[in-house]
Amino acid sequence: MTISVNGKPIDVEPGLTVEALLALLNVKREFTAVAVNREVTRKSDYAAVKLSEGDKVEIVRPMGGG
Amino acid sequence: MYDTNLVLGGKEFTSRLIVGTGKYSTLPIMRDAHEASGAEIITVAVRRVSLPGSGESILDYIDTKRYTLLPNTAGCYTADEAIRTCYLAREAGLGEMVKLEVIGDQRTLFPDVEGLLEATKVLAREGFTVMPYSNDDPVVAKKLQDAGAACVMPLGAPIGSGLGIRNPYNIRIILESVTVPVIVDAGVGTASDAAIAMELGCDGVLMNTAIAGAQDAVSMARAMKLAVEAGRLAYKSGRIGKKLYATASSPLEGLPDWTS
Repeated sequence: MTISVNGKPIDVEPGLTVEALLALLNVKREFTAVAVNREVTRKSDYAAVKLSEGDKVEIVRPMGGG
Repeated sequence: MYDTNLVLGGKEFTSRLIVGTGKYSTLPIMRDAHEASGAEIITVAVRRVSLPGSGESILDYIDTKRYTLLPNTAGCYTADEAIRTCYLAREAGLGEMVKLEVIGDQRTLFPDVEGLLEATKVLAREGFTVMPYSNDDPVVAKKLQDAGAACVMPLGAPIGSGLGIRNPYNIRIILESVTVPVIVDAGVGTASDAAIAMELGCDGVLMNTAIAGAQDAVSMARAMKLAVEAGRLAYKSGRIGKKLYATASSPLEGLPDWTS
């Protein structure tokens, strides 16, 4: 299935969890947050939330700013 | 001289200077500038990670045990975007203190006051310590306070402009209009601008570009630290009144007679 991660389409296994997606993309967990289809996903839910075709995932962390 | 601490969301801060993490030429220079500034609160933006996600992070150069991070909602043009960004920041573990920006215009980066008030209400209700970046309008400042803001942060001049405190009279009226801390956010160009904000009686100054964009960011950070301290001390000391004509500093009596 195809999902969008930070605005880029990627092909992943159907039923991939947020937890597995972060591992796949080698994303550090500390100070990172995830939103799926505009809703923030709790860290405690990463392993339970399964992604679906067309889901829009945002993965963010602190960057330089004022 | 005895001074109180800056209190935001129940936390006390000795430093009245808040600094950013944007636009530094290198991350080690940013780290050294933070050190030189004496700041205890450091602003960060919340942005997409670059993927794959194993790259360098600004947090490798910020001691998060020592500094309080202040995530901002820069780049948000609606209350909804800003609110969601704050939820993301909280889930990321950045705490519940947020620098709330709802921008109304790309060229000036002036705030959208309606969106700002709406987001302040929602976030304050959700338990955030809301620090809203606003224009220098005393009516808006009062409305933000009533909406639950932990402080108000009027701009001195447009973000990144370095124009200084363009309307000190409005800042003074804001200081008389609200009881929450007043922190000048944006517009500072050099040390005297920061000192002026503090001499007016502001509780703090927030700046990024004035330090990060200086030719020597680390020494400018120290200049800002001294300026904020000097301005605060001058304010607390009670300055003399302004007069149009001279008042002699030396006694008029006891002058020698030089007439021949």
